Amino acid sequence: MSEFWLFVQQTVNGLVLGSAYSLVAVGYTLVFGVLRILNMAHGEILMAGGFFGLLFATSMSLGLVPTLIVAALGAGLLGVLMERLAIRPLSKANHLAPLITTIGVSTLLQSLATRIFGPYRVPFPPVVDISVVNLGPLFLTSINIMVFVVVIVLVIALKLLLERTDLGRAIRAKAENPEVASFLGVNVDFINWFTVGLASALAGVAGVLLGLTFGVLSPHMGIPYGLKGLVTLIVGGMGSIQGAMVAGLLLGVTESLTVGYISSAYRDAVAFSVLIAVLLLRPSGLFGSKVQVENRV
Amino acid sequence: MLEIRDLHVRYGHVHAVRGVSLRVNHGEITTIIGANGAGKSTIIRSIMGLVRPASGSIRLGQHELAGKPAYRTAYLGVGLVPEGRGILAQMSVLENLRMGAYGRKDRDLEEQIEEMMNRFPILRDRRHQPAGLLSGGEQQMLAIARALMARPKLLLMDEPSLGLAPKVVSQIFDTIREINAAGTTILLVEQNARKALAVSHRAYVLETGRIVKEGSAQELREDPAVIDAYLGGVRA
Repeated sequence: MSEFWLFVQQTVNGLVLGSAYSLVAVGYTLVFGVLRILNMAHGEILMAGGFFGLLFATSMSLGLVPTLIVAALGAGLLGVLMERLAIRPLSKANHLAPLITTIGVSTLLQSLATRIFGPYRVPFPPVVDISVVNLGPLFLTSINIMVFVVVIVLVIALKLLLERTDLGRAIRAKAENPEVASFLGVNVDFINWFTVGLASALAGVAGVLLGLTFGVLSPHMGIPYGLKGLVTLIVGGMGSIQGAMVAGLLLGVTESLTVGYISSAYRDAVAFSVLIAVLLLRPSGLFGSKVQVENRV
Repeated sequence: MLEIRDLHVRYGHVHAVRGVSLRVNHGEITTIIGANGAGKSTIIRSIMGLVRPASGSIRLGQHELAGKPAYRTAYLGVGLVPEGRGILAQMSVLENLRMGAYGRKDRDLEEQIEEMMNRFPILRDRRHQPAGLLSGGEQQMLAIARALMARPKLLLMDEPSLGLAPKVVSQIFDTIREINAAGTTILLVEQNARKALAVSHRAYVLETGRIVKEGSAQELREDPAVIDAYLGGVRA
């Protein structure tokens, strides 16, 4: 393989991985934009979604789409419960309070998963036939392609929901001004739990996609993915869906190129350095305007 | 149509509204005039459900509004043009209008949007622009149009003329008169007492959380104390 094609191959690998990061970041940004809180349990909900998928895929030998649906429903339900029990009761408290309670939820989920599945990595069942697809000199697995397609479809669906439907407009209205949304007839409590549920469902899907990509799940996987999601949220511009998307892809590509050209040992170091550099050049993120950040925080 | 009895509202230790009773008759424009901080906006916000009153009742027909969340009050047919206009700056003009009819099932949305654009032609030219780019007067028109999208039975207007150029203020008051002539009952809160009394049927004067005078707008326009305190000493 020539140098050029090697580069393209690494970039494509990075885009696939980055698309999964994007899905995590989009959930973070949605919850931040609408509820103005950082959901520190987002990574663990991703992990839990992965395990929901694993349980049902193993016990009922489900195919890809049912596995994704089960993971989305399971993680979504967890998100709704978390909003009801750990976020809503604190709506009038200090804005740092939900940060603490969601850290509590993340610890709880991690401990539960460790108790049920043990502390080690658990192999993820191959719910799709793994085949290698050659695109000229490039090669991709069927899983790579599937991950990318699922993420793109979900992000487009999310954009359409937010821009073209009454519910989506209500979510955006709540994000911009909760009081105005409420006197226009929007039940803001409903919007809050729906948003956390939706973001969690997306995280659940990401959990399955990452399980498929790497072939394993672990009760501790939530921490690095949660952290990466958080970083892409900030680099993308807090509250911007496009920003989260682009930052996720950027992170994936940077990681992949580092592995290809430097060493896998430096993967996170180089990736995070690039993201820090982006923040130094654009302190409010790729897609966040200064005004927006001031309004939102 | 709307009857408030012995309303008290407190913000912590501040007793902002102290036993206010007032009524808004069907088909009329009722105005509350008063100085800054008299508690005018607090009354409006209590009716809408944005503030929870400490005690008292707010009845709209058969429904008790006190303590209801704002979205329920909206469904009962109460619209609000809030102080500072409250437009959704990041959404387009058209999306603001659509939000005005949020959750209503009995709507002919496109027709209503058309109607609003005919009434406020400036909104048609700018319908795809973010509402935050409109001028103050245009934003006020949008806030009024958005509230009308829900076809409210009762329209609450909180300082609609505040911070606008004199020419625009006259336009706004013309619009208020037209909306009322088309059948909408209005409760208006204004510092511009002269203009407000000119369009109103009934009026109340609020001072430090209490109603100190009430009567027909005509009576208040001729009341020496009102002329002195709110009309700059010159008869309206």
